[in-house]
This record gives sequence, structure tokens and C-alpha cells, in this order.
Amino acid sequence: MLNRLDDMLNFHAQALRLRDQRQQVLASNIANADTPNYKARDFDFRTALTSALGGQPAQGGAALATTAAGHLKGSPELSTQSFLQYRNPAQGNVDGNTVDVDAERAAFAENAVQYEFNLTRVSSQIKSMLAVIQG
Amino acid sequence: MSLFNIFNVAGSAMNAQSQRLNTVASNLANADSATSANGTPYKAKQVVFAAAPVGENGATGVNVAAVIDDPSPMKTMYDPKNPLADDKGYVTLPNVNVVEEMVNMISASRSYQSNVEMMNTTKTLLLKTLNLGQ
Repeated sequence: MLNRLDDMLNFHAQALRLRDQRQQVLASNIANADTPNYKARDFDFRTALTSALGGQPAQGGAALATTAAGHLKGSPELSTQSFLQYRNPAQGNVDGNTVDVDAERAAFAENAVQYEFNLTRVSSQIKSMLAVIQG
Repeated sequence: MSLFNIFNVAGSAMNAQSQRLNTVASNLANADSATSANGTPYKAKQVVFAAAPVGENGATGVNVAAVIDDPSPMKTMYDPKNPLADDKGYVTLPNVNVVEEMVNMISASRSYQSNVEMMNTTKTLLLKTLNLGQ
């Protein structure tokens, strides 16, 4: 039973963690909008989420070996570090900076809304579960 | 929670931008200071930003690596009546480019604003996260 509850929440929980980390990456980009030679970074959300849900360790990460049926798979440390990619700048900058502040702010706002969406979904799932439990 | 880290990231950026704004103010105020405590004309200052890691999971903040003297040449003005004029009658004036400084000022204040906005968004998200399941 507990496992099922966990499975039910798993999708949005993982998505929330990734949104959380992406928000931080985008914040770093906006903060460094005026830093010479800073290269803007981001990660592909779909790839990261698929990897997180499939329990596939990120490149460079390590999974637990399971040699008996009773062994727990363990959850590899969810790290987005290996998914990070450099942005292709639309317009070059003389100081080597590749941050496009408008694009980053748009992505930041979008990511914030998506985060809220996931929060709302988790919230309503918890509410439905409570409704089932309490009758 | 990476969201908490955003406060440090935005904070470091705001700190750096306000330091930049400070040097702009100092440069503009001294745009005509032909002499100073050590007898030389004022030299324009510029801040050098550097990306600096914040926390352990890859967030990058901003750090003021150095405040340098602007390497551009000093201005000279012909004014033989001035007590600071050299034997040919020229006075050396600070190398402050007022137009450049104004642009710098607008850029710094805009960047500061986007960081403040970033902090506000993050705060809203965190408060909503606190209310999860209620």
C-alpha cells in the first residue's frame, strides 16, 4: 500500500526536484548576465525527467547492484550536472558572455509556473489520498 | 533544495551590481577632479566581475574579482590660468567617459532589478512549497 502511495507521488516529486534544479541553473545564468566569458547553461528537461523516472543513473553516476530478488534498487543520486549543456548564443557578445537575459527570464518564469503546476498536482493527489483514507 | 541556493546566487549578483553602481557614482562625481589627496588627477575605476560557485550543486554566483583603474588615456585641456597647468599650459583631467558611465549605470540598475525579481519569484515558490498538501 505504502509503495503504491509512493509510486503515485513519484512522477511529480521527481519533476519538482528537476524543476527546482533547473530554476537554480537559470538563476545562475541571469545572475551572471554581465560576467565576461560566462557561458549560459541549461538542461533538456525531457531527457532529465526520463532518466530520473527510469531510475537510470545519470552519466557518471552509479547505481546499486541487485543480485537477489529482495534487494532494493536504490535511487541513484539525481544529479542534473551531467545533463547540463551550453546554450547556443543567438547573438555573440564582445566579452565572451552568452547570456541572453530576455530568453533566460522567460525560461525562468516558465519554469516557475511549471513548478507551481507540479506543486498543485502533488497537493491535489495528497488531498485525494486523504479523502480515500478518511472515507 | 536548490531554491534556497537562488537567494545566495541572486544576493551575490545584487552585491556585485551595487558595487558597480558605486564605482559609477564615484566616477561621475569625480569626472572633473583634476587633483586628489596624492596630487594626481582622479582615475576612473572599473569593476571586474567573475563567476563564482555557490553551494555544492553547481550554482554560479557573481564575485567582484577586482576594481581596476581604467586604462584609457587621461584627458587634457588647455587652460594656462589653472594653477595645475603644466609648463605648456595643459591641465590633465580624469579619464572618466560620462556617456559610458551613464550606460553602465542603467545596465547595472536593470541587472539589479532582474535579480530582485528573481528573488521574489523564488520566495513565492518556496512559500507555496511550504503550503504543500494543505
